[in-house]
Amino acid sequence: MAATPGLAEAAGRAVAPVRPGPTTWELLTRPDRRRRAVDRAMRVVVTGAFAVAMVPLVSLVWIVVARGAERLSPYFLAVSMRGVHGGMDAGGIHHAIVGTLLVTGAAALVAVPVGVLAAVHLVEYGRGPLARAVTFFVDVMTGIPSIVAGLFAYALFALLLGPGVRMGAVGAVALAVLMIPVVVRSTEEMLRLVPHELREAALALGVPHWRMVVKVVLRTAAGGIVTGVMLAVARVVGETAPLLVTVGVVDSINRDLFEGRMMTLPVFIFRQYSQGLVPCRPDQLDCVPTVNLDRAWAAALVLVVLVLLLNLLARLVARRFAPAAGR
Amino acid sequence: MSAVAGRGAAQGVAGGATTTLRRTRRADLGGRAFRGLAVGSGALILAMLAAVAGFLLLEAAPALTASPAELAALSWMPDDGSLWRYVGPLAFGTVLAAVLALGLAVPVSVGIALFISHYAPRRLADVLGSLVDLLAAIPSVVYGLWGALWLAPRLQGPWAWLADHLGFVPLFAGPASTPPRVMATVGVVLAVMVLPIVTAVSREVFLATPRLHEEAALALGATRWEMVRMAVLPFGRSGVVSAAMLGLGRALGETMAVLMILGPGLTYSLALLQVGRHQTIAANVALQFPEANALGVSALIATGLVLFVITLAVNSAARWVVARRAVGGAR
Amino acid sequence: MAQRIEVKGLDVYYGSFRAVADVSMVIEPRSVTALIGPSGCGKSTFLRTLNRMHEVVPGARVDGTVLVDGVDLYDPAVDPVAVRRQIGMVFQRPNPFPTMSIAENVLAGVRLNDRRISKADAADLVERSLRAANLWKEVKDRLDRPGASLSGGQQQRLCIARAIAVQPQVLLMDEPASALDPISTLAIEDLIAQLKDEYTIVIVTHNMQQAARVSDRTAFFNVAEAGEPGRLVEIDDTSVVFSTPRHKATEDYISGRFG
Repeated sequence: MAATPGLAEAAGRAVAPVRPGPTTWELLTRPDRRRRAVDRAMRVVVTGAFAVAMVPLVSLVWIVVARGAERLSPYFLAVSMRGVHGGMDAGGIHHAIVGTLLVTGAAALVAVPVGVLAAVHLVEYGRGPLARAVTFFVDVMTGIPSIVAGLFAYALFALLLGPGVRMGAVGAVALAVLMIPVVVRSTEEMLRLVPHELREAALALGVPHWRMVVKVVLRTAAGGIVTGVMLAVARVVGETAPLLVTVGVVDSINRDLFEGRMMTLPVFIFRQYSQGLVPCRPDQLDCVPTVNLDRAWAAALVLVVLVLLLNLLARLVARRFAPAAGR
Repeated sequence: MSAVAGRGAAQGVAGGATTTLRRTRRADLGGRAFRGLAVGSGALILAMLAAVAGFLLLEAAPALTASPAELAALSWMPDDGSLWRYVGPLAFGTVLAAVLALGLAVPVSVGIALFISHYAPRRLADVLGSLVDLLAAIPSVVYGLWGALWLAPRLQGPWAWLADHLGFVPLFAGPASTPPRVMATVGVVLAVMVLPIVTAVSREVFLATPRLHEEAALALGATRWEMVRMAVLPFGRSGVVSAAMLGLGRALGETMAVLMILGPGLTYSLALLQVGRHQTIAANVALQFPEANALGVSALIATGLVLFVITLAVNSAARWVVARRAVGGAR
Repeated sequence: MAQRIEVKGLDVYYGSFRAVADVSMVIEPRSVTALIGPSGCGKSTFLRTLNRMHEVVPGARVDGTVLVDGVDLYDPAVDPVAVRRQIGMVFQRPNPFPTMSIAENVLAGVRLNDRRISKADAADLVERSLRAANLWKEVKDRLDRPGASLSGGQQQRLCIARAIAVQPQVLLMDEPASALDPISTLAIEDLIAQLKDEYTIVIVTHNMQQAARVSDRTAFFNVAEAGEPGRLVEIDDTSVVFSTPRHKATEDYISGRFG
């Protein structure tokens, strides 16, 4: 009670210094100009930030499609670069596609079992110092620059087989190092989503713990794990730097992961780009000056489509299996 | 805990007929094998990481122990053959590129994250968010191609303008090189590449702002922006910091975009618009590695180790910030 | 300072769902009006239409008029931000800004309009608002501590201090004591009794004893069944509603037969 007169006085002083206070209509319809201007300006700034981010996305997709479509053809996908030189209007990426599929596939073959089992270890058995260490070092591995992973794979094989080794398997190891933390993280997340009641129900039936993990936990989380694996593959399929230092470049098809250099799509793009424009003599009829860059764009289109398809597919799988995980 | 439960269940069945008993023993064997596999995979990851550090050190050893005279024989080494004199400018270039990228990306990312979380219509927000995520899916070599062939020619004008009008600032010291295969262009491309990560993390923390605090601000007569400033930004600040650190870790290790755009050089120059001043560790390794001899490879691996240590430090710092936030949030 | 509110034929929609139908009432200045009724009867939704806070939910809109001192809150010329400045609100759960100190919390709304408020004026305003919220004695020695360091009841009084520091004309309270212990609840009720000399107060409450204790007039809302809109059943002097309600539903509700 004692406080109220003071407040009334204060109100009178603050609201109406000299003249009588503004009417209710004025109070409700006359917003502070400065504040409203700031609010509008910030709305423009924030919307503008989004628009700015769309510039690279739109321009990149547009130019990759426009420039890539020029040279992309069934022929381009079906032949290698063997015997192609100078500004010849020939050559394709068959060898690079074969190489990418082999190296990435081999990497997944190593990374998926290790990653999934390590995640099982963390979720189902993990309490001790090993689990804590694995959690910590998976975080560290997530941050390894891709080129360092390439150097590691190179160093590993150099010690085993002598210096200067270039073969698909080395690249696969480098990609596996990059894939494993992604697979562990996503699998771990999925396994933790499996309801506890489901585990208990299985154990109550007298099923041994490990069979419960395989038959109940892993099966329930299968959709999520597949999604995670596909996203991990999509991430490494575009890796260039580690393959540049481990697998090298070559012009013809090589299907042997353990023998000789291999071409891969990202490295092909880089290779063609770095060869640049071709100096053509005026009388050379079949010489295309921009052929290297044209090939780079076409290969980039193939790679982008591949990566986006993997992402899209992963999302579809996730959506398809999401209700199963919820049940 | 769950392992104990599993053993208990197995023992419970063991009291039955002999067939059950036999199956149980087999199951136990399977259980041990499975568990062994799981533990082994965890251990393998640790072994792998130790191997990364170990093998890199082993392979770098020849360069670390080589005499300056031997090193000086490498064409790209400084004349005095000092490995440290070689790594220094590379490390400087690496950090400069990453900091520049982050300086450009963080304000834009925060803006995008706010747009998606608090300005865009709810129904559109998810779609717009996945558009930004799409940027993260594009391979770095494609960014390199785009940066070098599409973006760089378009930045020539702006860079020349900066050099003409703000040339007194050391960062913009002219003349602006043409074609602009310069650090500033690299910074823009790297910024685009780290944008999705920083945006995704910031968006999550902004969306997690308690509704109570947003309503408190609005009920006091705050405009939308004032609500953001009073409730959303203070709440999300540390989240944005850790997002920025994650982006920094990403930018430090990026190879291809730098390799394909930058005209390299080994100086401690701040002039972002001049060609032939900077190079990053990662791009340098990719550039020199294919042609390097045994000692050269060893020296390059030594620089790779430096990069490894830098990113390790940045990522650990990011995690530390996140952990501190978790503790602070519990208060 | 305090204003009269007149509501005529108000409907509230969330998208195509009508949550509240056809509410008409008069809320007198310098009085406490309690809104009571079972869960889902739309009393909180209705309260939020009095300062346009319902607009925070996408798809929410109203039909009808809300006149404050003769001005329609939903007139196109009226600015919702200005409305909320004139008609303050206290929420169910105390919500001081966690990153601000006690003093900064009190000044949060004031700073929006007057960024250059002098130190002396600010200190003065903090003290007056906290005194008016019966919190001054408890916190005067720790004004720079975080607002979140207070107890729940103190936090709620801090929120009331924050709301009255901008000198609104009307104070809306959405179950202000439901998250608090009995002693803090009494403190809030005493505070409401003091504040009504200055403000028009509308309070939503689940607690009928509380309505009977603090309010001058009581409005009973009811909902026929889930999916139907909530409606105003009756509004009258609190003593009348609690002793001789005109409707059977009101009597059933206040005697605890449902809700």
